[in-house]
Amino acid sequence: MKLVDKILKDAPAIPTKKYIAKDFQSDQDVRWCPGCGDYSILAQVQRVLPELNIPKHNLVFVSGIGCSSRFPYYLDTYGFHGIHGRAAAIASGLKVARPDLSVWVATGDGDGLSIGGNHFIHICRRNINVKILLFNNQIYGLTKGQYSPTSEFGKITKSSPYGAPDHPFNPLLVALGAEASFVARSLDRDPKHLQTIIKRAAEHQGTSFVEIYQNCNVFNDGAFSTLTEKETKDDNIVYLEHNKPMIFGKEKDKGIKLEGFTPTVVSLKDGKYSVSDLIIHNEKDTMLSFILARMSNIPELPQPIGIIYAVARPLYDDVVTEQIDKAIAKQGIGDLEKLLKHGETWTIK
Amino acid sequence: MTKELKKLDEVTIRFAGDSGDGMQLTGSQFTSTTALLGNDLSTLPDYPAEIRAPAGTLFGVSGFQIHFGKKEISTPGDTCDVLVAMNPAALKVNLHSLIDGGVIVANRDGFNDKNLKLAGYEKNPLDDGSLEKYQVHAVDITKLTTNAVLDLGLSTKIAERSKNFFALGMMYWMYTRPVESTVRWIQEKFSKTPELVEANIRVLKAGYAFGETTEIFHAHYEVEAAALKPGTYRSVTGNEAVAWGLIAASVKSELDLFLGSYPITPASEILHELAKHKNFRVKTFQAEDEIAGISSAIGASYGGAIGVTTTSGPGMALKTEAMGLAVMLELPLVIVDVQRGGPSTGLPTKTEQADLLQAVHGRNSEAPIPVLAACTPAGCFDAAFEAVKLAIEHMTPVILLTDGYIANGAEPWLIPPVKSLPDISAKFRTDPNGFFPYMRDEKTLARPWAIPGTPGLEHRIGGLEKENITGNVSYDAENHELMVKIRQEKVDRIANYLPLAKVDGDEKGDLLVVGWGGTYGAIKTAVEEKRRQGKSVSHLHLKYVYPFQKNIGDILKNYKKILVPELNLGQLALLLQAKYLIPVIKLNKVQGLPFRAIEIEQKIDEILK
Repeated sequence: MKLVDKILKDAPAIPTKKYIAKDFQSDQDVRWCPGCGDYSILAQVQRVLPELNIPKHNLVFVSGIGCSSRFPYYLDTYGFHGIHGRAAAIASGLKVARPDLSVWVATGDGDGLSIGGNHFIHICRRNINVKILLFNNQIYGLTKGQYSPTSEFGKITKSSPYGAPDHPFNPLLVALGAEASFVARSLDRDPKHLQTIIKRAAEHQGTSFVEIYQNCNVFNDGAFSTLTEKETKDDNIVYLEHNKPMIFGKEKDKGIKLEGFTPTVVSLKDGKYSVSDLIIHNEKDTMLSFILARMSNIPELPQPIGIIYAVARPLYDDVVTEQIDKAIAKQGIGDLEKLLKHGETWTIK
Repeated sequence: MTKELKKLDEVTIRFAGDSGDGMQLTGSQFTSTTALLGNDLSTLPDYPAEIRAPAGTLFGVSGFQIHFGKKEISTPGDTCDVLVAMNPAALKVNLHSLIDGGVIVANRDGFNDKNLKLAGYEKNPLDDGSLEKYQVHAVDITKLTTNAVLDLGLSTKIAERSKNFFALGMMYWMYTRPVESTVRWIQEKFSKTPELVEANIRVLKAGYAFGETTEIFHAHYEVEAAALKPGTYRSVTGNEAVAWGLIAASVKSELDLFLGSYPITPASEILHELAKHKNFRVKTFQAEDEIAGISSAIGASYGGAIGVTTTSGPGMALKTEAMGLAVMLELPLVIVDVQRGGPSTGLPTKTEQADLLQAVHGRNSEAPIPVLAACTPAGCFDAAFEAVKLAIEHMTPVILLTDGYIANGAEPWLIPPVKSLPDISAKFRTDPNGFFPYMRDEKTLARPWAIPGTPGLEHRIGGLEKENITGNVSYDAENHELMVKIRQEKVDRIANYLPLAKVDGDEKGDLLVVGWGGTYGAIKTAVEEKRRQGKSVSHLHLKYVYPFQKNIGDILKNYKKILVPELNLGQLALLLQAKYLIPVIKLNKVQGLPFRAIEIEQKIDEILK
């Protein structure tokens, strides 16, 4: 038996119990600004974790740098606060080395999509079984208010007094383009929905990517207000449900119909269109996932919230384990003496 | 006619041709056969950065030098006795390294008008008398090759490709080496294409027979086996030895090996080699970049594996921030830097020792990391093993420096019995009572390795400054200074666990030559030569460059003068001067090439005149 397996098997056991959210609160003071959307995300994660039935010593939260990346300090699990942008790479190594662990990444729009953009696309492509929560507040918070790779074009910030010249990323499209097998979006201000999505992400086998619209009330307050305020949200959000038609609006009187490849809003009130004309959401439809993700770039359309895409495909960590198991089955467990003496040797007497 | 058989103590042969001519293969086959005969040897491949540079050009020349003998061989040879030149460019690029009176074996067919022009020759040097001071054997190698396989129905292009085996066959005859080992290799290598097995073997034997029967060569030579220590030997390159040393450490420590690496010359072979050995539970992660290479390795170490990342200078630069993280996290990690010519992209396929200061000091703030340096290709095994041992037992990242010269060079290696390898003891914390992540071992100051999956040890670590013992984030001024000092002290104390340094030669004297890493062979050869001539000179070679072994200061005091030869502008010299406040004489070479022993000998003469 390998030493780590033996150590963990022989480690003093802790009485098992049914966790509650409070069990996942660490002893550290939470230091986010009062009113920050991160509080809600933390609370929802703490509420979902007990439902996963994973012993908390098998949970690891890895992060990079930024406000979002303080997340692991506030959870009573194993936590790893890394360096800027590298959480996905650190988590990849951990998960590949230790497939028995449940590995999560907490990151932000700067950490995950700017400095860490490369690691982000590659973890998605490999489909390593890591859960990524990306807090998107469309601003750099910890460095006090520069525009981020998801800030809108022309945004006035400290580093863009004449307006940001950058065109923003759509994180869903980046993830889909990188072949992520689970792509979803939720909101800090919709706790129930966020919990559902986090749970689905946890259950998915493969890299799960959840973009969470998160309000930075200090440097970018109200960035998502039309999606979160009572008066406007119903007309600006379409909640995606698998196998259900895409209906939205306060009165549930509007729907999304495809004209060619272009989604358009139609009224269900005037008798011209009925529910049967609308897009039926299908999480497994690759082509549809790109169309839905693209909707966020079109101001006239409501923003899709929910699971955009969820398919099964081989896991990197499984493939690595299989290759090792096969090699051992075929050649036997490695024999050092044999390795050093393989091929041509000669003996001097 | 029976040809004369002469005995030689040592010979150096250089095979040179187009990068597509198979010179590396020819050289490595000659090496295997020679090793099997019991000669001591040392080799140096010398190839262009371009994979297939345009044929016939000077920059497309690929060379392979082997120095073998019945005596102890420590370098691939300053100069060569025999030059095998497959075309004019190969002759032009390599002629300067041939001794006066040396042998040239040239492929006359390669010396056509086009190739002569490409190499910048106005007249054919094989005919114009310019090579008078050498023994020139111009052989129609291409023609003889195609003739040998005429009835096999191969295309001319395919048939000509075997010509390197003709040259190899001739060299086997000339130095009385059997062809069998190469025949076996050909059978295995080309097993899927029987016509190539037949063609290559025929050509190899034709080359041998040509040497034996034609009137061109009047004599051939014998180089008897060396008096090597008894035991089982194999040939090994530095990169292979690093890979095997890491695997050996994994076996001894019972920990899984995880390599996070991005391909880079001249380190990629370590990744290739480790990727083969899955039955040792080795996991190789070909990362998206250098930073992901080290970051994934840190993640793996955090999980209880031996995290390793391998790279060369430019990759080292990219990994810098993550190395600082590993210092802060106090996790075991091995960073292997196979040094090459720099800065920037520099000379990717050439050797240099100029990353020493980067390894020792190249991080933001106070971030001490122990640095080891392998001295020979075979020595890479012990160095890699020891790097893992120190990393685990002292809970610290460790840097191992090798270089392109020893990484690609090969030498016979006395395979150590597995039982003789030292134990590596990884101590994992499992008891939650009284646990804090930054409590320390009294002697080593190592913190506990508390891995995820251990019940009750849930804790948070990260790159922010830690409070002493608890590991909580702390911005306290006094605490920061304390932690900086503790991290330094932990690395300094590693010196207590290192064997004392030993000098080759006398314990006192006029001159001590101090080297580190891959210059070992050249310095050893030079110092031994000077000692034979009665000079008071000794050799100290450093395998531990940070921290230094405890007796280095005392050793240095025993000599009137100190000479530090390095393949940089004086980086070890700077460290020695700074630490021991002694004057040193520098000998520096930064040409992408190793030292020739003669260069060091001349410097010793100059100092001791």
